[in-house]
Amino acid sequence: MEFFTLHDFMTYSKGITYLIMGAILVFMPLYWLYLTDRDD
Amino acid sequence: MAKENITAEKQFLTPFNVVAGIILLVGAVITILRFTKGIGAVTNLDNNNPWGLWIGFDLMCGVALAAGGYVTSSACYVFGLKKYHSAVRPAILTAFLGYALVVFALHYDVGRPWRLPYPIFYSQGTSSLLFEVGLCVFLYLTVLFVESTPAAFEWLGFKKIRAWVVRLTLVLTIFGVVLSTLHQSSLGALFQIAPSKLHPLWYSGYLHVYFFISSMFAGMSMVIFEGTLAHKWLHHKMDETHLAEAEGVVLGFGKAASFVMMGYIGIKLIGLAVDNNWHYLTTGWGFWFLVELVGFVLFPAILYGMGAREKNTTFIRIAAFWTVLGIILNRLNISVIAFNYHLPSADRYVPSFMEVGTTIFIVTLGVVVYKFITTRMPILYEHPDYKEHH
Repeated sequence: MEFFTLHDFMTYSKGITYLIMGAILVFMPLYWLYLTDRDD
Repeated sequence: MAKENITAEKQFLTPFNVVAGIILLVGAVITILRFTKGIGAVTNLDNNNPWGLWIGFDLMCGVALAAGGYVTSSACYVFGLKKYHSAVRPAILTAFLGYALVVFALHYDVGRPWRLPYPIFYSQGTSSLLFEVGLCVFLYLTVLFVESTPAAFEWLGFKKIRAWVVRLTLVLTIFGVVLSTLHQSSLGALFQIAPSKLHPLWYSGYLHVYFFISSMFAGMSMVIFEGTLAHKWLHHKMDETHLAEAEGVVLGFGKAASFVMMGYIGIKLIGLAVDNNWHYLTTGWGFWFLVELVGFVLFPAILYGMGAREKNTTFIRIAAFWTVLGIILNRLNISVIAFNYHLPSADRYVPSFMEVGTTIFIVTLGVVVYKFITTRMPILYEHPDYKEHH
């Protein structure tokens, strides 16, 4: 991926970052359920 | 009489004592060389690499793996999870010995060790991260010392002073958590002033956050790992309460470590995304980075998760050992292996055998002191006179 302006770079890198953050927000509660659903 | 002497000699000459004795003897010789011939005579350190194995392992790994103290005591006293109470004393003792040995190891590494107290008492460099680390380690070592004294007072029979110190438990725990938050993260921040020296895959604006978050699961893993060793070698020193609570500690800490490790992987991915470092992953350094992140964080996190879900303590104990190795690999990657990565191989730092010998000597010293204390003081069992006192 080639960038010509800082704005291009920030748009790309922040875009990916927000996607990862969204995935983490979905994944972590599900993972907690996986860890705890057999607890008494 | 002669028979008794032979039995006592046999008891003293155990394989552990013989091996530990040889290592301590070799360590003593290296110590004499270090303090008579100077730091250059025993190390491969130079101006390119002023921090080597003694900082990378003895200090960075020592502090991270001693995090079990603040993690366990805050779980028990701040969050009220009293089911982990039996794990507090061994964790505090391990943390105290860990920090004490960090300071001990620093005497070997700094050029003029007698000036170690200077930043605290003589000339405070308040704008320096190292000053903050030094101040926190100094204060936290004091806190850990006070926190570990009740066991010694119970052993010595000093009831009044023991009762006085026990009253300070909550304040000391909170102080310990605050200090740990500060210096665990600052150790990572130390490398943020060297963006051109540390490989971009390990360098990040979030390095201080990585160090703090990883210290949490490092501490939990160390508590499980140390508990496993204690169960194997010091089983006879444990009382019923300790034995009954041990499985709960392993399962609870395993579950927590798994969750924190998954979060850690998440923020590591965010770090890669923010700096757009994905292209480095296809290089040799990228392979090594993935070995660390997938092999020593994701794999044990899954193993911890499976163990916690299936109530399989063997999985958790293996994951704990694996995570301890992973933390050592991570700290060495940042401070030694991926540091100065651009230098030609002839200028790269490789520790001398005497540096490695000193590190083994210091770890052995810690194990010997731990064994000495746990076989005498009420660490793995409750003193019969104080069972109702917590």
